[in-house]
Amino acid sequence: MAKTIDARGLSCPQPVLMTLDGIKAGNDDELIVLVDSDASKENVSRAATSKGWTLADIREESGVYRIAIRKG
Amino acid sequence: MDRMKNIFAGSWGIIGVGVVIGILAPLLQKLGNPGNMGVCVACFERDIAGALGLHRADIVQYIRPEIIGFVLGSLVAAYLFKEFRPRLGSAPIVRFFLGVFAMIGALVFLGCPWRAALRLAGGDGNAILGLLGLVSGIWIGTLFLKGGYNLGRTQKTHTAAGWMLPLFMAGLLVLMLLFPQIAGEAKNGVLFYSLRGPGSMHAPLLISLGVGLLIGFLAQRSRFCTMGAIRDFVLFRQTHLLSGFVALIVTAWVVNFLLGQFKPGFEGQPVAHTMHLWNFLGMALSGLAFCLAGGCPGRQLFLSGEGDGDAAVFVMGMIAGAGIAHNFGLASSPAGVGPYGIPAVIIGFGVCLFIGFTMRQKIA
Repeated sequence: MAKTIDARGLSCPQPVLMTLDGIKAGNDDELIVLVDSDASKENVSRAATSKGWTLADIREESGVYRIAIRKG
Repeated sequence: MDRMKNIFAGSWGIIGVGVVIGILAPLLQKLGNPGNMGVCVACFERDIAGALGLHRADIVQYIRPEIIGFVLGSLVAAYLFKEFRPRLGSAPIVRFFLGVFAMIGALVFLGCPWRAALRLAGGDGNAILGLLGLVSGIWIGTLFLKGGYNLGRTQKTHTAAGWMLPLFMAGLLVLMLLFPQIAGEAKNGVLFYSLRGPGSMHAPLLISLGVGLLIGFLAQRSRFCTMGAIRDFVLFRQTHLLSGFVALIVTAWVVNFLLGQFKPGFEGQPVAHTMHLWNFLGMALSGLAFCLAGGCPGRQLFLSGEGDGDAAVFVMGMIAGAGIAHNFGLASSPAGVGPYGIPAVIIGFGVCLFIGFTMRQKIA
């Protein structure tokens, strides 16, 4: 089960900082990031891909984006 | 697929928006706005405060349609693209005071980051000090961000709550139409107007409003932010937003050159002073406050348009801050800093550092 980072309700740059912390920790090959704004969704996606991670899946459920990112 | 949904979120999108603003701002100046002030969010909110009588500096009183357009243009974009999300509750009172001191710092420098860029593009060397201050203030802010500073989560709220600032802006527009400027009159109905000075200089209402709406729309789509541009580079070495900010400066410089508005130098620049230290420190205070609040003054307007009530509180803080700055003699003039400008900047740093050091709860 991939680790989930809950960045709902947080404004930039917090969701990106939390995502990068998760990537930097190096414990997981897959992370789920929850955000609830389009700007945060774009920023998290951009930050993850800039670190060489890939966007595995983005889903929206009642205003919350569930972004799955994978190493490599 | 995601990129297709929002072409403005890509590199060329943000650069394109910077170019558009870089063209429109000098044109607004050509059409009547004050020197190197095609668009200045801080100055224009200060003018609005003056028009409402919240301060009585009679040379800076005008309801600036650009500001109204920024909010309403963003509102339209947010609704069209299903991004209107009413939200509120991330330490609003703290954001109010960050807005107050962001404005005080900006009025010591005489401009917000948008105008700092436009002043540079117009040849005003004093803007270099302002921009260096801006970078320094934002850098201090990033240290707090790295240390865990945050103002907490927002909550979903009523749609009507998200409409509060857009409705306030619409109300200002109605007031302008009900009580238009009468030549030679300093007041019409409830609104104050300037007979001289920057407040008396403005492009025609419909053009200002149209440009404001267009910029508001584009900036909502692209997330254009002059503070975020520098913050993201300092924090992550990310150049996405920065490319838009640089595009604005370069384009505005070219357009100023073509329009004969490029006048290099430090002395005698429009609505500017040459006290380098206070140009630097004023903008540093502003940059720190914007960084702690999560957006430049323009971005706060665009966020307000998409339903962010906390950003709206920051905007009201800036308008209140403009009233305080002029009533208390904190704002600078071309002659130099105001009588109480220097202590106000020091107090502002104290308040921002207090906020930065104390509000770092761990996010559950």
